[in-house]
Amino acid sequence: MTSFIASTSNPANGAGILKCGETLAWGDLPLLTCEHFRQAVIDGLDAGMRILALYGANSAELDQLLVIAVLGDGVRGMLRAMAMQIAGSYPAITPVCPAAQRFECEIAEQWGILPEGHPGLRPVRNAPPHVTSSNRSPIAWNDFYRVAGEEVHEVGVGPVHAGVIEPGHFRFQCHGERVLHLEIALGYQHRGIERSLRSAPEKLRIHLIETTAGDSTVAYAIGYSELIESLASIVAPPRSQILRGIASELERLANHAGDLGALAGDVGFLPTAAYCGRIRGEFLNLTAALCGNRFGRNFICPGGVKNDLEQSAIFDFKRRLKLAIQDLRGASELLFANSSVLARFRETGRLSCKTAQELGLVGPASRACGLERDARHDFASGIYRTRTVPVATWHSGDVLARAYVRYLECCKSAEFLAELFDSLDAGPFRCDVKVLRAAALAVAVTEGWRGEICQVARTDQHGQLVSYKIVDPSFHNWPGLAMAMRDQPISDFPLCNKSFNLSYCGHDL
Amino acid sequence: MNYLAFSAPLSALVLAPFLQSVINRTKATLAGRQGQPLLQPYHDLWKLLRKGAVYSSVTTVIFRLGPTVSLATGIMALFLLPLGGFPAPLAFAGDFLLLAYLLGLGRFFTVLAALDTGSSFEGMGASREVLFSSLAEPALLLALATLCRLTDASSLSAMLAGVNQDLWLGTLPALLIVICTLGVVLLAENCRIPVDDPTTHLELTMIHEVMVLDHSGPDLAFNNYGATLKLWVFSAILAGLVMPLWQALGLPPWLAFGAGMLTVAIAIGVTESVMARLRMDRVPKLLLSASLLATLALFLQQR
Repeated sequence: MTSFIASTSNPANGAGILKCGETLAWGDLPLLTCEHFRQAVIDGLDAGMRILALYGANSAELDQLLVIAVLGDGVRGMLRAMAMQIAGSYPAITPVCPAAQRFECEIAEQWGILPEGHPGLRPVRNAPPHVTSSNRSPIAWNDFYRVAGEEVHEVGVGPVHAGVIEPGHFRFQCHGERVLHLEIALGYQHRGIERSLRSAPEKLRIHLIETTAGDSTVAYAIGYSELIESLASIVAPPRSQILRGIASELERLANHAGDLGALAGDVGFLPTAAYCGRIRGEFLNLTAALCGNRFGRNFICPGGVKNDLEQSAIFDFKRRLKLAIQDLRGASELLFANSSVLARFRETGRLSCKTAQELGLVGPASRACGLERDARHDFASGIYRTRTVPVATWHSGDVLARAYVRYLECCKSAEFLAELFDSLDAGPFRCDVKVLRAAALAVAVTEGWRGEICQVARTDQHGQLVSYKIVDPSFHNWPGLAMAMRDQPISDFPLCNKSFNLSYCGHDL
Repeated sequence: MNYLAFSAPLSALVLAPFLQSVINRTKATLAGRQGQPLLQPYHDLWKLLRKGAVYSSVTTVIFRLGPTVSLATGIMALFLLPLGGFPAPLAFAGDFLLLAYLLGLGRFFTVLAALDTGSSFEGMGASREVLFSSLAEPALLLALATLCRLTDASSLSAMLAGVNQDLWLGTLPALLIVICTLGVVLLAENCRIPVDDPTTHLELTMIHEVMVLDHSGPDLAFNNYGATLKLWVFSAILAGLVMPLWQALGLPPWLAFGAGMLTVAIAIGVTESVMARLRMDRVPKLLLSASLLATLALFLQQR
């Protein structure tokens, strides 16, 4: 299952190509110079690829620091990995490609490498750097960006919020009610997941992965399992792939239903807010009926799933699902038929397609701007390799679009789920995982409900995981929220924030 | 002195939190929930009164004065307010102006107390409150002025006593417009949907609630109780206007008034249940159109 090896003579061309589920021998990873690397990333982006991951890693074999980039070509379903050797500093990619902005800050913070010419180096998590001796983080804790002027005022929100939500600090520069600039400072939830994954015993890893972002447990577990399976050169049995698909779509339905309710609640539209809270519970209960846990914990494992779905339970399952979907449709129709709600949602927090593309947004937030980005379609793996879910998009880029895309996705997921239940063939639901391929790199891209989750793992000569990189969709999307708030009334922030509904712990890792 | 006249303010003092309960229960029922107990607002007030208050070291005496003044003005306003068949203990020509500005005085002190904290949230809330209430003021005064002309009376007691079935039949359009205008003013002044959301926890979207975030214990109780009194004042004026409809069904005045109050509370609950909040920059348009409507009613009466 190895990818083809391109000649290294022309480093910027063709090398390091792989697909989801494939591995790349560590030796085949194109090792470029700074200039070639930078040019390759920019060329890739010009050719319609996007940055899935860009991170620093220690290479024990080469005894030096590497920056690894994984680009994705959504049209051809192709991934491309490359690395550059680095010491001290390199010319930043961000000025040409804003999507790299947060990644380069992260590299600077973790490895003490300065991206020269980066327009806004900011702490990402304010976490201590991985290397302490020679290189120190070039990011000083400089204060927030400030707008000067007599009538400009500053509003700081958080990290302790009024609701029971995660911590994050939002700093607004306002003129009256109008937001001129919003800066988002995160990192309060940093707990070192990536480091723990490297050192944790193999059996513990899946549980760590499941806690990366608790609301995307299933998507993370599927990504991790697929990663391990590709490194072990096995394919999970078809039945388990269908069961994973069911769990994944139930997770999407539950979260989208909850979001629709929360959006209604934020604008004070009670009926949908009240119904959706219950309907979310129905989907969570269905997940519990599938695997014993409402959030899908402890269900998916490398090699398949941990328990099977009884054939006799399927009929009841389908009936409950149909009822829940009917209710969700009813509650959503109430929401989207109410003129006061539409007036509130429309033109609020608008993001243009161009901005979304430049920032590299993913998930429903990007699809609401008209971008057709869906990892289930673009980088299909598992059940999505053989069955397709239509990509739901909307064009207006405002809160209404983000709400409506969620509703459309719920409808598509429901149809897909019905199809999956009908195609559950008998067979094994788990296979053994053998040893992992030594000195290899593997990439898994899964579409969680919030967007694409990219996980990159590397093994050493003994087949042990030595590096594990997680890119949560929130990592791409937080800057999108900041941009959506430009020139908006500050009173619309909670609604905009809810329409993105990004993860703090997924970002902070 | 007629001691019976004091029954109006006294019953208001006792029953005002109950009005809140009726709204809450209506909203809960429409959302398919059971809702909180009807006496919950009383329990909440009692709970807050027993607590201690926390004061920030940067606040001054103005911060402590805010809740007391707003409660005191609320209580004073009750003495100008007739209830059902009972006229108010105080009634004189133009007393409705005093009522409007008593409530204004209370608001002024709430705003000062909010500014005194120095918090950016409270500053924003204060600015919104002042903007919206200054836009609601002409609507209120024009509506009351129309009522003056409709009933040929100059005190609130006489005005509401003059609203009877004949007036309903005679000047239906003007009266309906006055009711609409006062309804909008009620929603705006009492931070109800579509102007404000009394149940939200999102401080950036709040108008009134954000101004009282720093108050605690008895101060918060005063504030909340003052808010229920204010709701009672506006509801009672509206109830006085719709009373004749219930009297037409044969109810005695006090019962018709009670039914009128329930009608208003349920109408607020239904409004909150069927529509979303307005975007904040649309609120001035709503209030301005309420003022325009009231002007129209006044013109209708000048013929």
